[in-house]
Amino acid sequence: MQKILVCLKRVVDYNVRIRVKPDGSGVVTDGVKMSINPFDEIALEEALRIRERGDAEEVIVLSIGNSDWQQQLRTGLAMGADRAILVETPEPVQPLAAARVIRAIVEREQPELVILGKQAIDDDCNQTGQMLAALWDRPQATFASKVELQDGKARVTREVDAGLELIEVELPAVITTDLRLNEPRYVKLPDIMKAKKKPLERLPVAELGVDVEPACRESNFEAPAARSRGIMVSDVNELVAALRDRGLLD
Amino acid sequence: MSKILIIAEHDGRELNLSTAKVASCALELSAASTDIVVFGNACADVAEAAAGIEGISRVLLAERAENAAPLAAILAPQIARLADDYDYVLAPSTTFGKDVLPRAAALAGCGQISDIMAVLGARQFKRPIYAGNAIVTVEVPEGCKVFGTVRVASYKAAPGAATQAPIEAIELDVELPAHTRFIELQSGSGDRPDLQTARRVVSGGRGVGSAENFRIIFSLADKLGAAVGASRAAVDAGFVPNDMQVGQTGKIIAPELYIAFGISGAIQHLTGIKDAGTIVAVNKDPEAPIFEVADIGLVGDLFEVIPELDKALGG
Repeated sequence: MQKILVCLKRVVDYNVRIRVKPDGSGVVTDGVKMSINPFDEIALEEALRIRERGDAEEVIVLSIGNSDWQQQLRTGLAMGADRAILVETPEPVQPLAAARVIRAIVEREQPELVILGKQAIDDDCNQTGQMLAALWDRPQATFASKVELQDGKARVTREVDAGLELIEVELPAVITTDLRLNEPRYVKLPDIMKAKKKPLERLPVAELGVDVEPACRESNFEAPAARSRGIMVSDVNELVAALRDRGLLD
Repeated sequence: MSKILIIAEHDGRELNLSTAKVASCALELSAASTDIVVFGNACADVAEAAAGIEGISRVLLAERAENAAPLAAILAPQIARLADDYDYVLAPSTTFGKDVLPRAAALAGCGQISDIMAVLGARQFKRPIYAGNAIVTVEVPEGCKVFGTVRVASYKAAPGAATQAPIEAIELDVELPAHTRFIELQSGSGDRPDLQTARRVVSGGRGVGSAENFRIIFSLADKLGAAVGASRAAVDAGFVPNDMQVGQTGKIIAPELYIAFGISGAIQHLTGIKDAGTIVAVNKDPEAPIFEVADIGLVGDLFEVIPELDKALGG
């Protein structure tokens, strides 16, 4: 195939302990380490492996956000993507708006495959890939843990609650990645230098003519109710007694 | 008054308990009517089960050959068509609901609320973000339909109804794509209770040591009538299949009793169990973080504790 499009979201690094702002207006992101959403990193790794096998010519990375998001696109280029597109918006967009933007870029670039993380670890929505597939009127293979390409089709193993589901989709298609699909490579210093010369296009969202209004209003961010520390027992007999006391054993 | 449509989850034979949990959430919306739609092929039993849930006005049974497997590309256009007549479209936040509902919402030109954990008002909900490390209030503006997935760990199943709701067979004149084909489902867990809806869950972590050793976890679970779960470390080490993983990236569960053996308690695992009724932790390491959230903790070697527990529970 010619092109694979991979979408990268900039999120609070997964190692950062999340703190809610005291006024409830959001979570603290100032001075916090930001990274590529881990599921999106897996998406990019998969695209690179497909290209390295000779099954694709070009891997394009796409982000939708403000100019800070160039950092994550540069990291994507250093991992091995060929070029990057930043659709510039002042604020991060919600999933439906993201799907509309990606749809517009798909129209322009005509990729045979779009790979995204199954969810972003900030809003945990798990929607964008499915919505893109709907707007594009193409197949979706979500929560992928294995992807095999052959004869214009993808055979995808999906991690579902009941086990592993195998489906076959015709290309072009949308794939969203689960954790076990692959382990993303580390970026090496020479690749970071090389990535600085790769093309990164900046495109104001207004030029795409799509509606990026949020589908819902968010307010009142709060910390979850904490579980209190319980009791320690010293042996199995005490454990069984404690369970019986609570009526948890028949 | 508003109308609610719930998308039933089932495996062709049995209704998944998550459907009754979504019905519980629907009850909080005080709607004029709540319908359940069952997509499938030759699945009248599933419709019967759905009709027996409290608060359901009627069950719509959409049977056709293409609906035999729960493919989002096939079901979403049918849901989007049905949605014309409803104000709310709800599905469980399981891999089934997460796959199909966003596709249906986008076809209807709507956004979606993921993982509803509480209903604050007709258009206002609470949902977890950052793996449950923060909770946000979201509001859907007037004039938009509400598409939402319901976090099953936040709701108890709605009880059985005194009288069965009527079942209506429906035919939707929707053109379905041929670009997606279901091939097979490999199920990992066999005949044990379903992890996501079980009352009791026994889990093992890296401390169990091997696939072989997991047998003692299974045997204790069988004695307790419990489902078996595992930490991500145990799954990644290949001890057990992925569908047993409990945690942020696996299943989020809320059993009455959760017993963790040899699980240290990484944040991502704790996220998956914090709605459990009682958490019991057994771990060799007294500093293991799981003890910070456990209701009952026991410092000890699981290979000694489990046989003793087996004995204490009666052979």
